[in-house]
Amino acid sequence: MKIVIIGNGMVGYKLCEKLLAKPIAAPLHITVFGEEVRPAYDRVHLSAFFDGKTADDLSLAPASWYADNGIALHLSDPVLSIDRAAKTVSSHAGHTIPYDYLVLATGSAAFVPPIPGVEKEGVFIYRTIEDLELMQAHARKAKKGAVIGGGLLGLEAAKALLDLGLGTTHVVEFAPRLMPRQIDEAGSRMLQGKLEELGIQIHTSKNTAAIVGEDTITGMDFTDGSHLEVDMLVISAGIKPRDELARHCGLEVGPRGGIVVNNSLQTSDPSIFAIGECALHEGMIYGLVAPGYEMADVVATHLSGAAKSFTGFDMSTKLKLIGVDVASFGDPFIGPNEARTIVLEDTSKGIYKRINISNDGKKLLGGILVGDAEAYNMLLQTAKNGLALPPNPEDLILGARGGSEEAGAGVAALPEDALICSCEGITKGQICSSVTDGGCESVDAIKKCTKAGTGCGGCVPMIKDLMVHTMKSQGKYVRNVICEHFEFSRQELLNLVKVKNLTTYNEVLDTLGKGDGCEICKPLVASILASLWNEVILKKGNDTAQDSNDRFLANIQKGGTYSVVPRIPGGEITPEKLIVIGQVAQKYNLYTKITGGQRIDMFGAHLNDLPAIWEELIAAGFESGHAYGKSLRTVKSCVGSTWCRFGLHDSVSFAIRIEERYRGLRAPHKLKSAVSGCIRECAEAQSKDFGIIATEKGWNLYVCGNGGSKPQHALLLAADIDSETCIRYIDRFLMLYIKTADPLTRTATWLNKLEGGIDYLRNVVVNDSLGLAEQFEQEMQELVDAYECEWKAVVESPELRKRFSHFVNAPEEKDPTVQFESMRDQKKAADWK
Amino acid sequence: MSATLTESYTWFAACSTTDVPENGGVCVKYKNDQIALFNFTRRGEWYATQNMCPHRMQMAISRGMIGSIEGEPKVACPFHKKNFSLVDGRCLSDDSCGDLKTYPVKVEGGRVFIGIPGAEEDTWA
Repeated sequence: MKIVIIGNGMVGYKLCEKLLAKPIAAPLHITVFGEEVRPAYDRVHLSAFFDGKTADDLSLAPASWYADNGIALHLSDPVLSIDRAAKTVSSHAGHTIPYDYLVLATGSAAFVPPIPGVEKEGVFIYRTIEDLELMQAHARKAKKGAVIGGGLLGLEAAKALLDLGLGTTHVVEFAPRLMPRQIDEAGSRMLQGKLEELGIQIHTSKNTAAIVGEDTITGMDFTDGSHLEVDMLVISAGIKPRDELARHCGLEVGPRGGIVVNNSLQTSDPSIFAIGECALHEGMIYGLVAPGYEMADVVATHLSGAAKSFTGFDMSTKLKLIGVDVASFGDPFIGPNEARTIVLEDTSKGIYKRINISNDGKKLLGGILVGDAEAYNMLLQTAKNGLALPPNPEDLILGARGGSEEAGAGVAALPEDALICSCEGITKGQICSSVTDGGCESVDAIKKCTKAGTGCGGCVPMIKDLMVHTMKSQGKYVRNVICEHFEFSRQELLNLVKVKNLTTYNEVLDTLGKGDGCEICKPLVASILASLWNEVILKKGNDTAQDSNDRFLANIQKGGTYSVVPRIPGGEITPEKLIVIGQVAQKYNLYTKITGGQRIDMFGAHLNDLPAIWEELIAAGFESGHAYGKSLRTVKSCVGSTWCRFGLHDSVSFAIRIEERYRGLRAPHKLKSAVSGCIRECAEAQSKDFGIIATEKGWNLYVCGNGGSKPQHALLLAADIDSETCIRYIDRFLMLYIKTADPLTRTATWLNKLEGGIDYLRNVVVNDSLGLAEQFEQEMQELVDAYECEWKAVVESPELRKRFSHFVNAPEEKDPTVQFESMRDQKKAADWK
Repeated sequence: MSATLTESYTWFAACSTTDVPENGGVCVKYKNDQIALFNFTRRGEWYATQNMCPHRMQMAISRGMIGSIEGEPKVACPFHKKNFSLVDGRCLSDDSCGDLKTYPVKVEGGRVFIGIPGAEEDTWA
């Protein structure tokens, strides 16, 4: 069977893939013509090109893939004509190829409105990698950019302009709101607010009259008489189907373009199919990739002799536009007579959610999410499958209140044929059976087995939920195993390592694991070993198991240099020591900055210089600050009763005592602490893993707070306790955390998952309900006694120092590729390339 | 080693075997280029790849952790943990960022040699 495919875009490529996978008996001869110089690439993520991705990164498959699968690929070779009588196509390069079946996957072109001046230099469309390369070249000399078109692609193009470094970016939209096809007016207002915060200026209800400038664009005139100065413009005002070949050979096309197809995607000539953005199905052009992929599958199935029809496609979408979640599903706009609408609008957080519910309150019909689209997958499934709604449907967007139960029915309620991955067309049933019959017990395994989640990736969280649910329902214990090398949870492994008295990574792997380890289990085991035995982490055999930062006792930064953070306990430092830091930074040309934890960070140190830098710091009485480790960072303090007129106790002295007690303590994640001298809480102790606040009668101890991306206030563990009791409680709390937390879990998350929560924790720590208090305190004391400064150990060991050179065969030479730029009288790392 | 030896290589003496930490890597200077060299003691194997991670163009692969995935030896870049096969250099992470060039390695008399394809030309600059 001879198949010719015209067009090598995403959908044309998907057709090749699908055809190869179908059981087609007759020998298959596939010929593909592509107009562009590159084989098909990911156009959906085109803007990632300006984010550091290369054309190769975006490629869907290299040219060799076509050759390996026996597909003749003609790139840079547009087809000029189709001879339907002779059943041949003729290309620009002079190839005439016969076909049994012809598939048009010619896609679409940017629609350029007939505005005077569109031909000027500096005016671009946003469609192909070539367009991007042209934009990149022009952007170097441009300062102010604009985009015509506030739809999905237009906003993508605006992001591209930001990424290209244009200072000002405008979006000009003809309609009264952004993304008019996907979201309503209120949602659009919220999106507009978010985008304006990010430096994009939005002009709606604006019609461009002319593009002005000599040869190159200098500005835009609008029909309302206003003017905008810009030196770069991207037009993204919509698409028009590439139907000219079809038109030429007499196939039926729509009045406003698009090749007319039936439910089998056949054109008016049954030997010719059309798929993707060039196809007009029931008066509709589908401008998304998922329906295009579905069309490819329909054609491949049809050609393999089986039956399948295309019956329209759900246009629900979720995307992240310049960091803002936007989603719409089902019927987002349905009017007040046909549905009840529930709206949540939070202008302070920039969140807008709307759901449309059938008048009888039983079904979800559609909705819009802006700013927070976490609920998208479940809402989409609820709408598509007609799932029953909770008694208070607003819980779907508010989250359930006053309980930990999740709102809505959850994955269990979905029918077997619920489409989970719309890119690849994979149903819940297929995913569940890959777990039950295919033995897939990880998301990666399911991805490999079913291809679900390999497209846009939006459904991955749902795949995980389905997997866990299926395994649980089979009575399988869903264990949080570490990785393919260790079939244990972190807690199990820690206990085993302790009982078996293992002290090196290799011993642990030989005794309890399999294979050669990886970047997940190595640092985890190294952390367990450090938490149990507190030996110098760079001891032979464990050095290369450390996480990259621990291995060089410093944080790797952009460009490959390191930062140096000496410990400044409680934030207290003498003028003499401050001078030493200044001198060291000067001598080694380091950028200096005060950290959020009351210490001083020196950036831009060459690997080779680290030992010498630390030698000087240690000589002046400093020690490692462990800023690179999953360990105690800093104990912040306010100035306390020694100077402050409100201070109740000496918070600085207590902070120093705490910091020196737990310095170097390795834990599942980093630990931060603070001590405040009174209730005014200047040290912000309630945002720390453990925080202490002075009271009239002693100290209040708070635990499991967190700053970071999900801030959480610490909870009171014990009130009005004396210093000794406070330290004993912290000992017990930290040992319990170290022994039971999952890897890379901060204390706040650990507490959230801990059964019984803070009450259970208080029982263990304060009331000693497990009878382990004494053991915890003793174990902690052993760790405290075993502490030594690891940088001191390195500085004093020629063998260890040797590891701190960039070139093994030229130890004196620094990495010549390291580059700095200057900024405000200091240096900064050169940007990512 | 996977590289077929039908190609001709110039064998470059990089360092002695004890210069490279067990189950770890070092960076080797070859002319104006940088090669990551790994001593995979657990497997009794040596590997060499380009030192530059193709994801963000950082000279860092030699500082990455090595290990295996389903038996295949690999290295993880310390910056964003992109995984690459040590056998053929292909990117193993879901969101591939391009591949690493690999070099054959041989050990003779306690010295480690890296095979540079062709004679004098540097092909990957």
